[in-house]
Amino acid sequence: MNWLDQNILTLVTFIPAAGGLLLMLAPRRDREIRWFALLVSFIAFIASLHLPAHFHRDHAGFQFEQNVPWISSPNIHYHMGMDGISMWLVVLTTFLTPLCVLISWTSIHERVKEFFILLLVLESALLGVFVALDLFLFYFFWEATLIPMALLIGMFGHGRRVYAAVKFFLYTMIASVFMLAGILWLYAKTGSFDFVVLQNQIHSGGIPDFAGASFWLFLGFFVAFAVKVPLFPFHTWLPDAHVEAPTAGSVLLAGVLLKMGTYGMLRFNLGLFPEQARANAGWIGVLALIGIVYGALVAMVQPNMKKLIAYSSISHLGFVVLGIFSFTQAGLNGAMFIMLAHGVATGGLFMLAGILYERRHTYEISEFGGLATPMPAYARFFLVVVLASVGLPLLNGFIGEFLVLSGAFQAKMWWGIVGATGVIWSACYLLWMYQRVFFGQVKHDVNNSLPDLNLREKTALWPAVVMALAMGVAPMLWLNGIDPAVKNVLSPSTEKNISLAGEGARDTQALASKVVGQ
Amino acid sequence: MNAIPHGPDYVSILPEIVLSIFGLIIMMLDPVMDERRSQRTLGGVALVGGILTMAATVFQGYYLGHTGFSGFAFWNMVKVDAFSIFFHFVVAAVTILVILASYEYMEVQQIRAGEYYGLLLFGAVGMNLMSSAVELVLIFVALEISSIATYILAGFRRRSAISAESSVKYFLLGSFATSFFLYGVALMFGATGSTSISTIGEALSQFELGHGPMLAYVGVALMFVGLAFKVAAAPFHIWTPDVYEGAPSPVVAFMSTAPKAAVFAVLLRIMFQGHAPGRVWLIWVVAALSMTIGNIAALVQDNVKRLLAYSSIAHAGYLLMAFAVWPSADAKNGIAAAMFYTASYAVMNVGAFAVVGHFASQGERYVTIEDYAGLGKRSPVLAAVFTMFLLSLIGIPAFGGFFAKFYVFSAALQQNLVGLVIIGVINSAIAAYYYLRIIVVMYMREPREEIPVAPIPVGLGFALGLSLAATIYLGVLPNRVLEYASRSVELLR
Repeated sequence: MNWLDQNILTLVTFIPAAGGLLLMLAPRRDREIRWFALLVSFIAFIASLHLPAHFHRDHAGFQFEQNVPWISSPNIHYHMGMDGISMWLVVLTTFLTPLCVLISWTSIHERVKEFFILLLVLESALLGVFVALDLFLFYFFWEATLIPMALLIGMFGHGRRVYAAVKFFLYTMIASVFMLAGILWLYAKTGSFDFVVLQNQIHSGGIPDFAGASFWLFLGFFVAFAVKVPLFPFHTWLPDAHVEAPTAGSVLLAGVLLKMGTYGMLRFNLGLFPEQARANAGWIGVLALIGIVYGALVAMVQPNMKKLIAYSSISHLGFVVLGIFSFTQAGLNGAMFIMLAHGVATGGLFMLAGILYERRHTYEISEFGGLATPMPAYARFFLVVVLASVGLPLLNGFIGEFLVLSGAFQAKMWWGIVGATGVIWSACYLLWMYQRVFFGQVKHDVNNSLPDLNLREKTALWPAVVMALAMGVAPMLWLNGIDPAVKNVLSPSTEKNISLAGEGARDTQALASKVVGQ
Repeated sequence: MNAIPHGPDYVSILPEIVLSIFGLIIMMLDPVMDERRSQRTLGGVALVGGILTMAATVFQGYYLGHTGFSGFAFWNMVKVDAFSIFFHFVVAAVTILVILASYEYMEVQQIRAGEYYGLLLFGAVGMNLMSSAVELVLIFVALEISSIATYILAGFRRRSAISAESSVKYFLLGSFATSFFLYGVALMFGATGSTSISTIGEALSQFELGHGPMLAYVGVALMFVGLAFKVAAAPFHIWTPDVYEGAPSPVVAFMSTAPKAAVFAVLLRIMFQGHAPGRVWLIWVVAALSMTIGNIAALVQDNVKRLLAYSSIAHAGYLLMAFAVWPSADAKNGIAAAMFYTASYAVMNVGAFAVVGHFASQGERYVTIEDYAGLGKRSPVLAAVFTMFLLSLIGIPAFGGFFAKFYVFSAALQQNLVGLVIIGVINSAIAAYYYLRIIVVMYMREPREEIPVAPIPVGLGFALGLSLAATIYLGVLPNRVLEYASRSVELLR
């Protein structure tokens, strides 16, 4: 392995934070700060493209690993590594951040420097969450995302921003204490925080008292992740946080932060406690289904555009959890794919909502109507993104939902049936919103004079739209990296799986080509 | 017995000698200088004294390691070992940081600098001596040296009544508490026939656990009352909020960290080397009370200084958790954890109070949480630095406060003190709320009135920069400090 392969994860993770540090020293010249932030986030994106370019797709284990001792007591390693599950989440993060910078270009005009510092630091923390393989390091990054995000909401948000920021902080902080307790228990019994070491020890049954504690450990991790997702009874922080957050905050919150939860379930709940995960799949699946239907129904009656999108996230993330706990190859692949597709599509929706807010300073759907006339380009972009989110074939939302539902049908027939209604609901609330905002006569005179998209806004939206189409047309580009890792999660014994990986890829290929063929 | 001290004897108190000399120089310079212009010069002299003390401490370490010096000096009253050097270093570091933080503060508050810096250095003499003394009477003398200096320092804002109140209150209650300590020493002498900690330890280690002489139990309890008062542990904490509120902020930074570190050193010596009987439940109860009372009272404070005072009571509680250990092989983890905690608490708390002192401006007018509204906008650097100290006090990873808590909790877990750890964890969660409240107000509220924020002056800048660097160093690379602490514990027995 050459130097770049060894250090690429560190580089990608810390480029944004280093940029943020430099910004701290920079003078307050807003224009230059914006350009600099754009440049840094773009460099991070380019650097992250090294990962899919040099990724061995038929290999199930961790790649680009870096493992150096960091602290000897407690035994903490700086262990970074990446597999097919985390690779695309890393790229999704670096892909969305430059768009966030672009979309905040003029909407943030006060404390510009602080805003971009927080945004870049947040990006680093998010990337770290996905590539950390030492549980302590993971926890560190996990907590580190909290502060910049809470500050972004609290400093740059709208009306009830302080309430939303504190609620967000307390929910996540309290939930993650349970995870910390689990991590410390594992450390006390094994003397290691290393994910790979722990996984092997658990698999070989070498941990004393594990059988009795495993349910509580599973639950501790699960609660922390479920709050982040958010799964049905833990979701109440999300609408508040989204409605009050600035646009870029919403994009990263929906696009990446929520995926920390589902990623955690996939990596830790399934990776460390496979038996418990299977044993508890029943009630978790039910919660996911409730989330799908409940989120959709509540979204339907929202008068506020952003709140509607927030509840649609709850519904979509319900699909992800359903896919994960279906314990089928299709379900897990689909869950991973929805994570990515939802990041692009919902990120796009929040950007579009933010663009409208910048012009009218409201998210109320009733304030609009007939916008297609004054803002035709805006209406076109919005339509593509809405359709991607609804799950129209050839756009990215469809592939993931199809895979998850086919996995759910394999697991339990009625899961599939109830889950499938979610697709219908999402068409209802999104298309109905689209109709109310864009069609008919212009109801309010102010809306007649709204300017259409400018070049900067189009630059921010094009990548999302192109990506939504590309992922819908050629899902295998993404899935063939994801599949071996997913197989590995499903039957966690390392040697067996590397050989199985090729076969598994063919399975999915058959499945996916059927999908695309329709 | 040879009554003339030798060379090694002087090395063993070298930091104390340096501090005393510089304290005297400042006292002599003060009357011959113009009062209005003396502040910076005297501050500079004190700073040199502090740095030389640190150098002397490092030299002691070198001397101990590279010559046949046993560490015992002055007829076994003083013992230099890695343990005492650790605390000397912490005290010297705090002294330097406080001098830097007071550098401009003196002018803003119009405080006479001569006595101030002199007393600061004399107080440090007492604290240093406390950590190297192994004889109860000498410990008492050192305790008094440090206490008398802090009594006076607390009242240094002469123009404000609240500062005078703080000084008198501290003095009255403090002397009452030290008399408890002295009474305990007397009883201990009665029980064991000696005031030397090692002799006491030998005498008491003959008894089985829980079968020591009654007199020793009472002696330990009385000494503990005196020392618990000094570290502001509940239920001996009542003075803390009032005194901290009235005293000048840099002084609070000083007296909430350096004497605490020194007293903890004494406690460690008495409790572990002295095989003090009955200590575990005594400390268990006091630790649990301190954490709970400190944190719950802090929740409702509107004055930042009082809030930090209650938080320091709570931190004394966390720290004491490390002491509540049975005599066993694992005990050394607890001591090392406690040492790490004193160091990281010292740097982050000094930093926090330095910010408070600067922001309060003339006459310490702006000290309520409401005053901090919008600070993130008006002075982003000050707000960012304060935020980091507060995050460290919460115990967020990447700051020293996190590992401090982590080590203490895991040491207590190794001793199977699960109940105490649960109380500690719940308390840390409660504590997060009131520290966050300040951060929320700084960043997310608009100010009601424009409070002028002076730009950060040079001395304070150095103080903040150094303590922040130390806080982050302890949070990112805690290894070396912890290893040093563990090694010094090995040598202790």
